[in-house]
Amino acid sequence: MSYLTTKDLTVRLRNGAPLLRKVSLAVKSGEVRALVGESGAGKSMIGKAVLGILPRAAKLTGGEILLDGEDLLTLPPKQRRAKIGAKVALIPQDPLTALNPSRRVGPQITDRLVDILGWKRKEAEDRAVELLDEVHIQSPERVMRSYPHELSGGMRQRILIASAFAAEPKLIIADEPTTALDVTVQKQILKLIREMQERHDTALLFVTHDLGVVSKISQSLTVLYAGKVIEETDVRTFFAAPKHAYSRALLAATPKYTDPDGSLMPVPDSIISEVEQEVAAFDAQLKR
Amino acid sequence: MRDARGQVRRMPGLRLWLSGSWLLILILAAVFAPMISPHDPLEQDLFAARLPPFWQQGADPAFLLGTDSLGRDLLSRMLYGARLALTVALVAGTLTCLVGATLGLIAGYYRGWADLVISRLVDIWMAFPPVLFAILLIAVLGTGLTSIIVAIVVIDWTRFSRVVRAEAMSQGAMDYVASAQVAGRSRLGIALAEILPNVLPTIVALLTLEMGIAVIVEAILSFVNLSISTDQPTWGGMIAEGRTSIYQAWWVLVFPLAALFLTVLSFSQLGEGLKDYFDPVLR
Amino acid sequence: MQIVRTLLTRLATTIITLLGAAIIVFVVIRVVPGNPIAMMLPPGATDADIARLEALYGLDKSIFEQFLIWIANVLQGDFGTSITTRQPVFDLVIGRLPATLELSVMALLIAIVVGGSAALTATLYRGTKVEGGIDVAGGVALSLPDFLWGLALILVLGVLWPLFHISGRVSPSLGFEFNTDFYLIEALVRFRFDVVLDLLGHMFLPALALAIPLAAIILQLLKQSLKECMHDDYITLARTKGYSETSIITRDALPNAILPTLTLVGVQFTFLIGGTVIIERLFSYEGLGNMAIDAVINRDLPLIQGIVLVFALLFTLVNLLVDMTYAALNPRLRHA
Repeated sequence: MSYLTTKDLTVRLRNGAPLLRKVSLAVKSGEVRALVGESGAGKSMIGKAVLGILPRAAKLTGGEILLDGEDLLTLPPKQRRAKIGAKVALIPQDPLTALNPSRRVGPQITDRLVDILGWKRKEAEDRAVELLDEVHIQSPERVMRSYPHELSGGMRQRILIASAFAAEPKLIIADEPTTALDVTVQKQILKLIREMQERHDTALLFVTHDLGVVSKISQSLTVLYAGKVIEETDVRTFFAAPKHAYSRALLAATPKYTDPDGSLMPVPDSIISEVEQEVAAFDAQLKR
Repeated sequence: MRDARGQVRRMPGLRLWLSGSWLLILILAAVFAPMISPHDPLEQDLFAARLPPFWQQGADPAFLLGTDSLGRDLLSRMLYGARLALTVALVAGTLTCLVGATLGLIAGYYRGWADLVISRLVDIWMAFPPVLFAILLIAVLGTGLTSIIVAIVVIDWTRFSRVVRAEAMSQGAMDYVASAQVAGRSRLGIALAEILPNVLPTIVALLTLEMGIAVIVEAILSFVNLSISTDQPTWGGMIAEGRTSIYQAWWVLVFPLAALFLTVLSFSQLGEGLKDYFDPVLR
Repeated sequence: MQIVRTLLTRLATTIITLLGAAIIVFVVIRVVPGNPIAMMLPPGATDADIARLEALYGLDKSIFEQFLIWIANVLQGDFGTSITTRQPVFDLVIGRLPATLELSVMALLIAIVVGGSAALTATLYRGTKVEGGIDVAGGVALSLPDFLWGLALILVLGVLWPLFHISGRVSPSLGFEFNTDFYLIEALVRFRFDVVLDLLGHMFLPALALAIPLAAIILQLLKQSLKECMHDDYITLARTKGYSETSIITRDALPNAILPTLTLVGVQFTFLIGGTVIIERLFSYEGLGNMAIDAVINRDLPLIQGIVLVFALLFTLVNLLVDMTYAALNPRLRHA
């Protein structure tokens, strides 16, 4: 049974231009699903729609979001916020800006537990220490008293990961969590997210533009182009034989860890125009 | 995009229009005051003291807006008062602008010791309450139109120099200035031909704002009886008179105050409107 | 330590500014009008009177020496003697300063509460008619000076609906004996709430007149920086945690938005203190500003000098204080 399901999710700009075109996808409990696409493909937009943090310029115009079998969009806003807050967490893209610069780190980890879930402050603090330990941070008590600017980017991302897992959410949405980090730190963080996901048995929707990362972390993946699902499959099948021509081209354009200097093929124009036609045909079909 | 821009454009249009109209009326009133004033503004008639405005009971239609406690016609006094207010606004505003903008341009573009001296002066000026400074200057210079204008220029040049200095500094760092230097233009030539036109919209907006401020400063000085000779009608003087008889004759305070409100508001809205109008990004 | 060096530099510039201000006051009063004695004397004074006064004020010495003597006296708290009251200027100024301080701080509080809550409301309802209305009100509040607001308030809340007093600092009919010049603080400490109420009734309109333009500035600055903060990632993250918009704005955005507003508000607060001069006159409030205008009208030069210097000192101190508060509040400076 899948924990998160979107059905025909449609998001448009306020002027009507489509950002997501009837996206249907499912994330099973405890599963890691990667969401892959080039920049602008709308992959982050799905996570934002689920979390209810769409930018002001965008609007959800159709479809359903089922979380644990309950349609989020039919809930009144307040209840929806509370439900998302308790069940879903976000690991954001840029750890440098995702921590509030004027607050100490500790309360930023515990605030959800205390304010939303009603824990005692002491319990929440013990829990935070435990979590920081889990994400391999030395002397957690000292870190909790620090301000964000006193910590490195990698440290801050570890803190954000710990904070995401704090309330034992059933689903975590990771929005390109390693893009803003140094290459050396990227690998550690990736490993850490994987480790945490397994230990807490959380479903994970992992948004990335990097197919190289996908094979390391996820069991299944969804390929997106221009807000439309192009291919949906499990990782092994995908890397062995991608079905869609665009997926093949995307795979060919990805550097391999085994051969980092090997010649890379950018996605050819012919395939871009092919997939553009497919999207246009899909739009035309919707209008009819 | 077109909608958004239309919205932005329409608002300053309306602002410019309304504030411009009021100021035009005011200029006409000031210029033709001797012709259109129903009475001599200084003529006292103690039998016609504190007559209310025309719509109130007991009013005399000959005194449209009523009279003050000495029986002087309010409308006529306001028309004559507009002359002083506008003279001060135009002359003091322009002079303040010239002095302040020049110093600001020098500080911001030539930098070096000139900037050091001018910036330090601005700091020192900021340590004085402007109103007290103005009153002090008048006390030293003596009352009269020239003193008022000098006082305004002396207390307020910093407003221009601060803004113009910052603008000139950021413009001076731009590539087009560097290329003009490479092309062999003189420093003065660059300051006048390249920097000044880019700073001009800000200066124009500040100038109209300053005119409003000049009107206020003049009103404040006449309010404390330190403006020009006491028998000449001024809005500030009328307000001071109205303040003392506020419970007996509210109109003595209300009409000059309303004129002052509209004038100051018009000058500042004109400035805001012109700033948007000149802004190349919005245009 | 970076922070100590910054503060020392600020202290040095403060002293230079104050010295400059003292020179300006000296120049304006002693050099520009030619013979200051002529301005101090009543008509019909004899030559002997003039000579005596010149010696008294050290005017037979060179300008530079006069300046040094004057500065040395000022540094010892000797501001000279008032010509009209024959009392030491220092005592007169110290006696009136508390009234002006109480008025200014009250105005500042009103401006912070009104401007701050307007900015928060506008941010909460951004993009709606509420925000539009607040913007328009702020624009009008900003384009008219405290003097005009004071007159408007006298008319509306003093005469049309006489809810507040429009002149004086306290009702003499109360018969309350003050031991200090901080009336409001003293009445609060002595639990005389009838007196507190009376003082507030006198203080409210002048304080509001001073506060309106500042409130508009706080509104605009704070709203702008709140808006910028609302795009930050930590706000988005807080949203996913299930917080309401109100608590996100007040707890997450506000602390980050306050700092950039603070420095500018400090400068604006000095303008507010400057505004007390005319506002005190308008409301016959017995503070420093009202005394200053009387001193100018009476040509009481030593008194004017003293008052102007105290204002300059107040202005530079406020700016210094704001810089120090900024350093204390900013975690990046504090823990650097």
